[in-house]
Amino acid sequence: MRGDLNIMLAGFGGQGILFAGKIIAYAGMIDGREISWLPSYGPEMRGGTANCSVCLSDEPIGSPLVTDPNVLIAMNLPSYEKFIDAVEPGGVVIVDSTMVGTCTLRQDVEYYTVPATSLAEENGLKGLANVILVGKLLAATQFSTRASCEQAIDKSVSAKRASLAEANKRALELGTLWTASKC
Amino acid sequence: MAEKVLMKGNEALAEAAIRAGCRHFFGYPITPQTEVAAYMAKRLPKIGGVYLQAESEVAAINMVYGAAAAGVRVMTSSSSPGISLKGEGISYLIGADLPALIINVQRGGPGLGGIQPSQADYWMATRATGHGDGHVLVFAPSTVQEMANLAALAFELGDRYRAPVMILADGLLGQMMEPVELPEPLTEADLPPKPWAIDGHKNQRAHNTVNSLFLVAQELEDSITSRWVRYEQIKASEQRAETYRTEDAEYVIVAYGAASRIARSAVNTAREQGIKAGLIRPITLWPFPVDAIEASIERTAAYLVTEFSMGQMVEDVRLTVNGRRPVNFFAHTGGVVPTPDEVVEALRRMQAGESVHIVPVHSKLTGGYR
Repeated sequence: MRGDLNIMLAGFGGQGILFAGKIIAYAGMIDGREISWLPSYGPEMRGGTANCSVCLSDEPIGSPLVTDPNVLIAMNLPSYEKFIDAVEPGGVVIVDSTMVGTCTLRQDVEYYTVPATSLAEENGLKGLANVILVGKLLAATQFSTRASCEQAIDKSVSAKRASLAEANKRALELGTLWTASKC
Repeated sequence: MAEKVLMKGNEALAEAAIRAGCRHFFGYPITPQTEVAAYMAKRLPKIGGVYLQAESEVAAINMVYGAAAAGVRVMTSSSSPGISLKGEGISYLIGADLPALIINVQRGGPGLGGIQPSQADYWMATRATGHGDGHVLVFAPSTVQEMANLAALAFELGDRYRAPVMILADGLLGQMMEPVELPEPLTEADLPPKPWAIDGHKNQRAHNTVNSLFLVAQELEDSITSRWVRYEQIKASEQRAETYRTEDAEYVIVAYGAASRIARSAVNTAREQGIKAGLIRPITLWPFPVDAIEASIERTAAYLVTEFSMGQMVEDVRLTVNGRRPVNFFAHTGGVVPTPDEVVEALRRMQAGESVHIVPVHSKLTGGYR
């Protein structure tokens, strides 16, 4: 997927929505593309849903606010329901099936369901479901390269928590390798 | 070339201010500008600077007044309601000819309003930041890179003209991250001398006075008119605007800040649909870039102003165009961010010969738009 990516990431506050968006944005920047990252900063962040718009393009980015995403990463059911209808036909939808559970599927988009939260816990990567989903996005769209994403992780993990970079990279790999449930 | 980093607009602005020699920050938290203050709180104490969270916006701007009088590069930041509170102090800064940087990361108003991006403080910034005859220079960034660049320029021009300078951003620019290349840090030696400052001299020179009180009418008139001479210089030398695809444009959008980003996308989409659209993006709001608009009038069939307010900058465009061409208008307000497609629709209707004035109307009464 080398064209414009207009990505909406959405979930509960605390799931690492903004961080996942930052990795994607940094990877785009490392690849030399135009990028923007915009968080929701409304009152909904307190215990409610958090979302984040990320644009990757070869042209300067106009509105950084994604209203018609061609990629949706949904980490809970309310977020999935809020944004699924806005996804452009032919778009990519990646869901954390552990959190989203059963949902109504659209016929005109491409789904990738990953039990990211369970996978993270089973692999000692609790809290890194978000990065697993970034890995799945990478595998599904080739929006960047593995090397760029790993470099992006190094840049996104704060210096104080540098030891977590390796865990993030394992989560990324886990996501790229997960293939069982494309539907 | 310095390495590009990914930063929020608020943080890039704060870091650029530090690199421009700012070591003094006085403020009070308010969404969506709090990252400016948070960044300063983290960084300034480590580099010998002063960060102080004041007890109110009024206190903060008066601390700025004191620091500016002492001749240091100083700033404050807030969002719309907080800037209203600072109005009195800004007027005193103007009246005492003191340079200082004031950041307004706009949110919706009036009153407490909302916290989403807005451009409804254009009038306040360009017409009446405070009482009395006077102006502040007003810059309107449209990217994170420009948040950084304009912070540096604002300090430079503020010192040159001895005037307060405002950066009028909005929640979208403050909160978003983009790659930014930060300016090279200035050293003490790079900063201009301020022989007028009240900075302690051990009786080695005559006393300096910083004051905005002139009880003799003629003295006050003289102080205002001497400032007006500088304003004329500023209008002649400091207008800034960017033009985009205007060379052959028949329909020219005028938009600043975050609205100009949406306008730029709309120009590209309109061009794909055969509408010859272009964009003039004011970078200085005061002085308003009349020269850039003037230069476009001959080849332009009609203008479209789009802003996140019910119509404020549109008045300056109409004053400049002065009836020679139609000036159309399209807006959202209150924190609702328009889409490029809505702007393209306005252009399409203009091309069809319509006079366009599209503003939101009560969504429950009419279905939303007129």
